[in-house]
Amino acid sequence: METAKQYRIVTRNCGFIDPENIEAYIGIRGYEALADAVTNKTPVDIVNEIKKSGLRGRGGGGFPTGLKWEIAAKNEADQKYVVCNADEGDPGAFMDRAVLEGDPHSVVEAMAICGYAIGATIGTVYIRAEYPLAIKRLQKAINDARDLGVLGKGIFGSGFDFDIELKYGAGAFVCGEETALIHSMEGERGEPTSKPPFPAQAGYWGKPTAINNVETFANIAPILLKGGDWFAGIGTEKSKGTKVFALAGKVKNVGLIEVPMGTTLEEIIFEIGGGILGGKKFKAVQTGGPSGGALTFKDLDTPIDYDNLIAKGSMMGSGGMIVMDEDDCMVAVAKFFLDFTMDETCGKCTPCRIGSKRLYEILERITSGQGTKADLKRLTSLSATIKDTALCGLGQTMPNPILSTMRVFEEEYAAHIDHRTCPAGVCSALLQYLIVPEKCVGCTACARVCPVNCISGKVKEVHTIDQNTCIKCGACFEKCKFDAIIKK
Amino acid sequence: MSIAQITIDGKSITVPAGIPILEAARKLHVDIPTLCFLNLEHLKVNNQLATCRICVVEVEGRRNLAPACATPVVDKMVIRTNTIRVLNARKTVMELLLSDHPKDCLVCQKSGECELQDLCNKFGLRESPYDGGAMSTYRKDFSESIIRDMDKCVMCRRCETMCNHVQTCNVLSGVNRGFTAVVAPAFEMNLADSTCTNCGQCTAVCPVGALVEKDHTWSVIEALADPDKVVVVQTAPAVRAALGEDLGLPAGTLVTGRMVSALRELGFDHVFDTDFAADLTIMEEGSELLDRLTRFLAGDQDVKLPIMTSCCPAWVKFFEHQFPDLLDVPSTAKSPQQMFGAIAKTYFAEKLGIPREKMVVVSIMPCLAKKYEAARPEFSVDGNRDVDIVLSTRELGRLIKRSNIDFCSLPDSDFDRPMGESTGAAVIFGTTGGVLEAAVRTAYELATNKELPKLEFRELRGMEGVRVATIQVGDLALKVGIAHELGNARKLLEMVREQKEQFHAIEIMSCPGGCIGGGGQPYHHGDETVLEKRTAAIYREDANKPLRKSHENPYVLELYEKFLGKPLGEKSHKLLHTHYFKRENM
Repeated sequence: METAKQYRIVTRNCGFIDPENIEAYIGIRGYEALADAVTNKTPVDIVNEIKKSGLRGRGGGGFPTGLKWEIAAKNEADQKYVVCNADEGDPGAFMDRAVLEGDPHSVVEAMAICGYAIGATIGTVYIRAEYPLAIKRLQKAINDARDLGVLGKGIFGSGFDFDIELKYGAGAFVCGEETALIHSMEGERGEPTSKPPFPAQAGYWGKPTAINNVETFANIAPILLKGGDWFAGIGTEKSKGTKVFALAGKVKNVGLIEVPMGTTLEEIIFEIGGGILGGKKFKAVQTGGPSGGALTFKDLDTPIDYDNLIAKGSMMGSGGMIVMDEDDCMVAVAKFFLDFTMDETCGKCTPCRIGSKRLYEILERITSGQGTKADLKRLTSLSATIKDTALCGLGQTMPNPILSTMRVFEEEYAAHIDHRTCPAGVCSALLQYLIVPEKCVGCTACARVCPVNCISGKVKEVHTIDQNTCIKCGACFEKCKFDAIIKK
Repeated sequence: MSIAQITIDGKSITVPAGIPILEAARKLHVDIPTLCFLNLEHLKVNNQLATCRICVVEVEGRRNLAPACATPVVDKMVIRTNTIRVLNARKTVMELLLSDHPKDCLVCQKSGECELQDLCNKFGLRESPYDGGAMSTYRKDFSESIIRDMDKCVMCRRCETMCNHVQTCNVLSGVNRGFTAVVAPAFEMNLADSTCTNCGQCTAVCPVGALVEKDHTWSVIEALADPDKVVVVQTAPAVRAALGEDLGLPAGTLVTGRMVSALRELGFDHVFDTDFAADLTIMEEGSELLDRLTRFLAGDQDVKLPIMTSCCPAWVKFFEHQFPDLLDVPSTAKSPQQMFGAIAKTYFAEKLGIPREKMVVVSIMPCLAKKYEAARPEFSVDGNRDVDIVLSTRELGRLIKRSNIDFCSLPDSDFDRPMGESTGAAVIFGTTGGVLEAAVRTAYELATNKELPKLEFRELRGMEGVRVATIQVGDLALKVGIAHELGNARKLLEMVREQKEQFHAIEIMSCPGGCIGGGGQPYHHGDETVLEKRTAAIYREDANKPLRKSHENPYVLELYEKFLGKPLGEKSHKLLHTHYFKRENM
């Protein structure tokens, strides 16, 4: 959906051109930036223009792209590489897939420009094997570009050679971490290694490697065509340009949006997103996927950029944005994200491998009504140690969903521990389904749907639920037409 | 090289920029605790993966803590290694490790040698607040040589570094994700079915009890207690240079005489020396070398050169898996252990007038692959093995302690005759380059009929992984290659396969430094100087021997005269030579 609040740079062509037709791309000034770069500009010019634009990595870390290219350019080597990180893995996020499926040439062109800027002749896209259409379209784009001579030897009659190959990822979330991604590409186990050295110093096969995310690359050609100053004019002081978000959860309009940096959460959720589904109350929004944190109504007026989100205990991440309403239990949400990271940690370093399990066990105790005050203390201290000691970004950010929800929804944790209740009515172990005698008409619908036969009562008489047998599946609650069953 | 002026715990030091914080701290005698870290610099064994996070330190200006083992120093770095933030992080990491580690220290084979246990003591940990959670558990696995109990694994990955980067066997690597991540063979197949060479280097570096040798001490106790058995023991050369370390003596102490006394006290009927068989090996292998050389120089196109040593069983299994096309290149001579077993159960049993079934041959080896070698079916007669039980140096240390023997106060005594006599040439089998040096000492004199002008071949010694030298033997410039560690062996073998260099003879030992660094030796705990001291001890023993050339061993000559005939003769061929099998490389 296009609204006044949206501004499309990254997704400028998605849905407007035929992604499988290179001429369609050329028709909207495609490959013009590359042609201009290799024929009229020096690599230093390119790096400077990107630096001037203020573009920062869109994979989540927000490292200045121009600086990254400059480091890779200055590191002398017989071979350098450009790598495109298309291992999108945040639950519910699909920004990269949309770009690769809708505008693959924009990535191909940008990778070639990057190659020219840093002195690399080989580019590799590390892409999830679960993205078959993106792979097909990207491969076609590469083939077509090769056929037309915009990839290959002596591009645009210059002395610059560049070609791109694809490497498929097998779906491990940690392979989105750049060093793990490189190991995976080399045929090794996908695990991160200590930095430094950074990939720009010693990356793929130990050579200087510029590794950027799909969305970052999709910004390159427009920056060079319109100038770094143009790009720097969009966004906030330290975060320039736009950001694509995958808006999901309890919001009316879900899907991809692209907004200038500095747009507020309120604008995104209530104007673009159209507000909360079913007229429910907004409770929180999770940015940064499993590495981010929860923001509440207090943060609705915060302009979104890298630094503001970090200051709020969350992070930009790759752009997942999950909206939650009053029916969501924040302890359960933290547990959900931890379940994901616990499953996806590679197991290399101790705090991430064992710490994630122990954090999860504590959350499980709390959500099942077995938590203690000591557990809360332990959650905080263990989270702090994991952030401080884990080897890579996955581990260092894993406690964020816990820490942010504990900070903002302290009373909700307290309710689980002190009163053994789940205020949102989500944690089944803490729930009771009860029949309100005044409302029950004795229709027997609930008794018939109960899988464990724990509801008794005669026709046209008030029914009762045997709490000892009830498995809290909620089937009766769904079935009752008279709102006679409540959970609390 | 640029330098960095840094401060660690308030103390300033100038060091080369880029060295790890850990190394810089050690220069200042700041002892940062480590667990996964291992660096044997000269042997190029390096595990700096920063997985355990025990060595984390505070670096001013850095957001999170830095692993000291893998963080390079830069100029003006200010480091603190013992702030409450650091101590708390280390304690928590230890508590996490303990929460997923069995607390069976009382009955753990590694107890007392366990680096995790040491850290626990150092940190004064008495319990883990995370105890009671889930434990990651795995199927137990064992081969002839090694027991894998991955419940105890701390994911330091040292075994993987050894297996993949040093030995290039690629048997052990990380599998699974998250809490169940562990080091295992591909598809979690049995170690015994894999390409594992049983070199045991994984056990030599494992900080905990996840990888240990299969202990056979009780079988020895039972054999010694059996009145119907004659129990014969042989001791490999590298054992005497290391055994003392497990019995309270400093590294590098030669304990040959005390070891012999201890073995007698344990009740062995005949205390012999594998060195005797090493001299025998030189007679056979040296003759084979001369034979191949003579035919080669006469223009025989079929002759295979270089000849490669075959005394290391891990190396033998390695080339059977990895270089099945080169099976006819190595010497067919059995290893000294197996030659000893074959002679003991024929010649010596006949001498005693007993059937082979009544004799139990025990060997004491620095090696775990010897356990596997002794179990190879071709080394038994009707199910009766030439070598019945193999103990590693570590196991002998345990057996001596268990038998109430005060090792340090034992007097020296001599090996029994005839199979206890040996020369200096046999002793140096225990270190890299030694077998070739021994072979050259004999081949030279056999080929030229002249006495060697000098006995010691310094050009063959040293710790370099691959060494190449040319030795003048009469008119022939003998080109030799030496490698220790299987990764280096692979390099040398690939040179042979591609015929890049024409070697006449090649010596391979699988372990770092040769047998002195064997997988069954006392734990070095990352201290490389221990290996250097053992090597020095071996050369000292050689220098002090009255006889230093294998062909001068009078009892070996008597054995040929009275029993075997001549080297490479029919009886020798039957008893002292073997053949190799093509094995799958998977």
